[in-house]
Amino acid sequence: MTLQTLVVQLLNGLASASTLFLVAVGLSLIFGVTRIVNFAHGSLYMLGIYLAYSLIERLGAGSVVGFWGGVLLAALITAVVGAVIELLVLRRVYAVPELFQLLATFAVALIVRDAVLWLWGPEDLLGPKAPGMKGAVEVLGARIPVYDLFLIVVGPVVLGLLWLLLTRTRFGVLIRAATQDREMVAALGVNQAWLFTGVFALGSLLAGLGGALQIPREPANLGIDLTTIGEAFVVVVVGGMGSIPGAYLAALLIAETKALCYALGTVTIGGTTFSFSKLTLVAEFLVMALVLIVRPWGLLGKPAGPVRGAAQVEAPLRPATVPVRRAGWVLLGALALLPLASGHFPYLPVLGIDILIAVLFAASLHFVMGPGGMHSFGHAAYFGLGAYGAALVLKALGTPMLVALAAAPVAALAGALLFGWFAVRLSGVYLAMLTLAFAQIVWALVFQWDGVTGGSNGLVGIWPAPWLAPKWAYYLLTLGVVAASVWLLRTMLFAPFGYALRAGRDSPLRAEATGIDVARVQWAAFAVAGFFGGVAGALFAFAKGTISPETISVGRSIDGLVMVLLGGIQTVSGPIVGAVAFTWLQDWIIRATDYWRAVLGLTILGLVLAFPQGIAGALGPGLQRLFERGRPPTAKAGGS
Amino acid sequence: MTRSHRRLIGPLRAGLATTFAAALLCAAPAAAQIRIGELNSYKAQPAFLEPYRKGWELALEEINASGGLLGQKVEVISRDDNANPGDAVRVAEELVSRERAVVVFGTFLSNIGLAVTDFAKQRRILFLAAEPLTDKITWENGNRYTFRLRPSTYMQSAMLVPEAVKLRKKRWAIVYPNYEYGQSAAATFKALMRAAQPDVEFVAEQAPALGRIDAGAVAQALIDAKPDAIFNVTFGADLARFVREGQTRGLFKDRPVVSLLSGEPEYLDPLRDEAPEGWIVTGYPWYSIKTPEHDRFLTAYQRRWKEYPRLGSVVGYSSMMSIAEAIRRAKSTDTEALIKAMRGMPMDSPFGKFVWRAIDQQATMGAYVGTTTVHQGRGVMRNFRYIDGAAVQPPDAEVRRMRPADAMQ
Repeated sequence: MTLQTLVVQLLNGLASASTLFLVAVGLSLIFGVTRIVNFAHGSLYMLGIYLAYSLIERLGAGSVVGFWGGVLLAALITAVVGAVIELLVLRRVYAVPELFQLLATFAVALIVRDAVLWLWGPEDLLGPKAPGMKGAVEVLGARIPVYDLFLIVVGPVVLGLLWLLLTRTRFGVLIRAATQDREMVAALGVNQAWLFTGVFALGSLLAGLGGALQIPREPANLGIDLTTIGEAFVVVVVGGMGSIPGAYLAALLIAETKALCYALGTVTIGGTTFSFSKLTLVAEFLVMALVLIVRPWGLLGKPAGPVRGAAQVEAPLRPATVPVRRAGWVLLGALALLPLASGHFPYLPVLGIDILIAVLFAASLHFVMGPGGMHSFGHAAYFGLGAYGAALVLKALGTPMLVALAAAPVAALAGALLFGWFAVRLSGVYLAMLTLAFAQIVWALVFQWDGVTGGSNGLVGIWPAPWLAPKWAYYLLTLGVVAASVWLLRTMLFAPFGYALRAGRDSPLRAEATGIDVARVQWAAFAVAGFFGGVAGALFAFAKGTISPETISVGRSIDGLVMVLLGGIQTVSGPIVGAVAFTWLQDWIIRATDYWRAVLGLTILGLVLAFPQGIAGALGPGLQRLFERGRPPTAKAGGS
Repeated sequence: MTRSHRRLIGPLRAGLATTFAAALLCAAPAAAQIRIGELNSYKAQPAFLEPYRKGWELALEEINASGGLLGQKVEVISRDDNANPGDAVRVAEELVSRERAVVVFGTFLSNIGLAVTDFAKQRRILFLAAEPLTDKITWENGNRYTFRLRPSTYMQSAMLVPEAVKLRKKRWAIVYPNYEYGQSAAATFKALMRAAQPDVEFVAEQAPALGRIDAGAVAQALIDAKPDAIFNVTFGADLARFVREGQTRGLFKDRPVVSLLSGEPEYLDPLRDEAPEGWIVTGYPWYSIKTPEHDRFLTAYQRRWKEYPRLGSVVGYSSMMSIAEAIRRAKSTDTEALIKAMRGMPMDSPFGKFVWRAIDQQATMGAYVGTTTVHQGRGVMRNFRYIDGAAVQPPDAEVRRMRPADAMQ
C-alpha cells in the first residue's frame, strides 16, 4: 500500500463521512433539544431513499430538474412525516420517565418498516445515477466517481448552513438555548411544543436528505434502517450529543478508520495473517469505546445541563405488603401446575420457558436501569456470555448439564465486572452507548472466532440431560431458577445495598456525603445484573439446543429495553409484567398475521399511549389500593 | 399529558383489554388433514421468500387439486421465524407439538437452518432444509432426520471452478460477505482452485460485513491489489453497490469476474441495465430454459401468480413436491417411513430429474452456469448450461468421514 493509494482511500472515506454526518446531525439536533432517543431516525432515512426513488422515476431520471427535484421533494416529505410523528405520538409522551419515548419511536420504526414493504414491495430498487455526475475523474492515478466528490462537498456545505441557521436565526438561537437548558426556555415563554415539532421536522429533513442523496450509490432496500440507526447513534455519541461540529468530526473519524481498514486489507504480521477488512464489522464500536473512555462526553460534547424535574418524581419503592406476597405465592403455585395442562395445550410449556427466560432477562436489566438509574443498551452481552459459557463448558469440558448451568453465569459476571468498571464512570446516554459498544465488541469477537464459538453459525447440540428432556420438566427447572433469581434480586433491592443504589441514583452528591461510595455500589449493581443476565442466557442455551451470535445482538438488547420500559421502569414488578406482555404478544402476533411488525408496532404504541407509566406503573397503584381497601394503615416502624 | 390524551386513556385501555381477552379465547387447532409445517424468515428476506412462498403454494394447490395425499387434503401451516435461531426453534416446536405437523420444511439463513436441523434430530421429526446453503447441514452437523434441497456452498463453488480455471488467470482477488456462507464459499473456491491450478495466487481478500459493504473502499482496495480476475460472493444490496462502484471506478475493465448466485433473478433484476457484462455466474435463466418440465412449471406459475418465477419459486415448489412424493412412496406420514422413502428417492423438478442422495441426504438438484449480458434493458444469462448436482460432489469416502456416525444409520 503506497502513499498514493492511502490518500485515495482517505478521499473515499471523506465521501462516506458526509453521508454519515447528514444522518447523524439530525439525530443530534433532536436529542439535544428534546432529549428523545429517536429510534425511528433510521426509518426516516429509509423513507427518504425510497421516496427519492419513486419521485425521480416520476419526474424523469435523466433531467437535472427531475433528479434534484426528486431528492429535495423526498427530503421535504420526510420532514412532514417526521412532524406528523411528533404531533401524533411524541407530544403525548414528553412528561414521562426518561427513555420511555424510546419505546414510542421503536414502535414507529416497526410500523414504518412494514409500511415501506407494503408500499414498495420486497425487491431492492436501484435508482439512477445523478445526471452529469455519472463518470469518474482521475485523481492520483485512481478513478474517483464525480458523485463522491460532490458528496465530499455536501457535508461541509450542510455543516455551514446549519451553523448559519443556529447562529443567525431566531429558530437557531432557540435550538441552542433549548439544548442547553430546556426548562428555562419554557419558563421564558417560548412555545416549547412548536419548537420541538420544528426541531423534529428539521432532523427528519436532514435524515431524508441523507437517504435521498444515497440514490446514486446504493439500492433502496429494507435493511437500511437498522444499519443506519446503529451508525448514526455511534457518530452522535462519539461527537457529543447536541454538538453539530462534533458530529462532523466523529463522522470523519469513523469513516476514515473504516477506509483505512479496507485499505490495509489482509496483513501478515510475524506469521499470523490479520484481516483488517473483517475489522469493519466492529470498527466504529471500537472507536466509540476508546473515545468514551478517554473523553466521557464525546469529542466535543459538554456535560448535560441541570435537569429540572422534567419527569415526574418517582415514588419510593415499598416492600410488598402481605396480601401482595400471598398473591405472589398463589401465582407461583399456578405456574408450577401449568405442566398439567400440557396434555391439552402442548405448546404452553415451550412458550412458558421462553417467557420465564425473558422475565429473568428483563428483571436483571431493570436492576441497573430502574433502581440503578444506569441505562444499559448492551445487556445482551451478558445473556450471550452466559449462553456461550454454558455451551462451551458442556462441550469442551464434557461436564453434566447442571454443572454447566451453574458455571456459565461466571463468564457473564466476569464480563460485567470488566465492562461495568468503565461504564460507571459515565452517565446518561453516554453510559448507555458505551455498554452498547462493549456488547458489539463481544458480538464481533464471538462472530469471528470460528474455532471456539462456531462463528456466525454458532454451536449446536446443547440439549439438557435426558431426565430434563421433556419440555414440562425443563419448564419446572426454569421456573425454579427464575423464581429464585427474581426473589434474590428483589431481596437485594430492599437490602441496604438496594437503598444505597437508589440513593446514588436520586442524589449522588448527598449519597457521597453520607459515606456511600456511589461508583462502587453501581459497579456492584452492574455485576449483579450481569450475573443474572448470564443465568438467563444459560437457561436459554439449554432450552433451544443451539446458540448463535444473535443472542448477543443489538436486537436482543433492544428487546430487553422494550420489556423493561413497557412494564414500567419505576416498579419492581414492571419488568416481569413487561416481559410477559412483550414475549406473549410477539409470539401471538407473529402467528396471527403477515404484517406482524406493523401490528406489533401499533400494539406497543397503543400500550405506550394507554399506559404512559408502563403497564405495571399504571396499574400498580390501583391494584395496591385494591388490596389495602378496608384495612387501617399499618403503623410505621419507629413512628407514632 | 394533554387533556385530550387523558380522556383517551380510559377507552384505550378498555380496547386493549378486550382484544387481549379475545385473543386468549380464540385458539384451537383444526381438523384431521395432513399438516405440514413451514417456517422461514419472511420479514427479513422478502425479496427471496415471497416468490418462495408462491412456489410452495402453487405446489400445494396442484397436490390438493389431484386429490391430496393418502386420500386426505394437505394443509401447510406457515410461520415467520423472526430471523433468529431461538425463535425459529420455538416456532418449530409449536408447529410440531401444537399444530401437529408431520414434517417441517423451510428456513433460509444458515444458522437458522443448523438450529432447526439439530432440533429435528432432538425431536425426531423430518426436516427438509429448503434454502440454507451451509455444507454443515449435510456434513459436519448432519443427521438422519434432515434433508437439504438447494445445492450447497461446496456444490455451487465447485460448479464455477472449471470455468475459472479455463480463464487461465494467475492472480485472483476474492470479495465475500463476512459470515459463514461467504467464508466457506471463499475457502472452497481457494481449495479447489489450488488443486486444479497449482500456480494460482490470491492477492487480495476483502470481507465486508453482510449488508454493510463500503463499495467504494472495497473496489479501490481491489484495484490497488492489481488482480487478473475476481471471485465475488456478495449478493443482494451488497452486489448492487459493488457493481455500481466497481463499474464507475473501472475495477472490472479487462478483468473477468466469477460470481456466485449473481445470475438469479432476485439479484440480477434490480440492477436493470447496469447489470455487469461477461460475468460468469450461477443462476436461473427462466426466460430461456426450453425443457418440457420447466415450460410446464413456468406456464402454471405465470397463470397463477401473473408474474415470472424467481429461483425461490423453484425452491419452494420442489420442496413441497418432494415432501408429497415421499408421503406417497411411504404410504404413511410416520417419520421413519418417510426417511426410508426419501433416501435415494428420484424426483422431477422444473430443472429436470434429480435424486435425494442416500449417503448425505442432499438433493442433486443443480444450477445453471452462464455469462451475464444486458438485453433489452435487463441483465440476462446466456451461453448457459445446466450442471447436475451429482457431478459436483466430493468422493463418497470423504462424505462418510465428515458426517457423524449416527447420521449414517
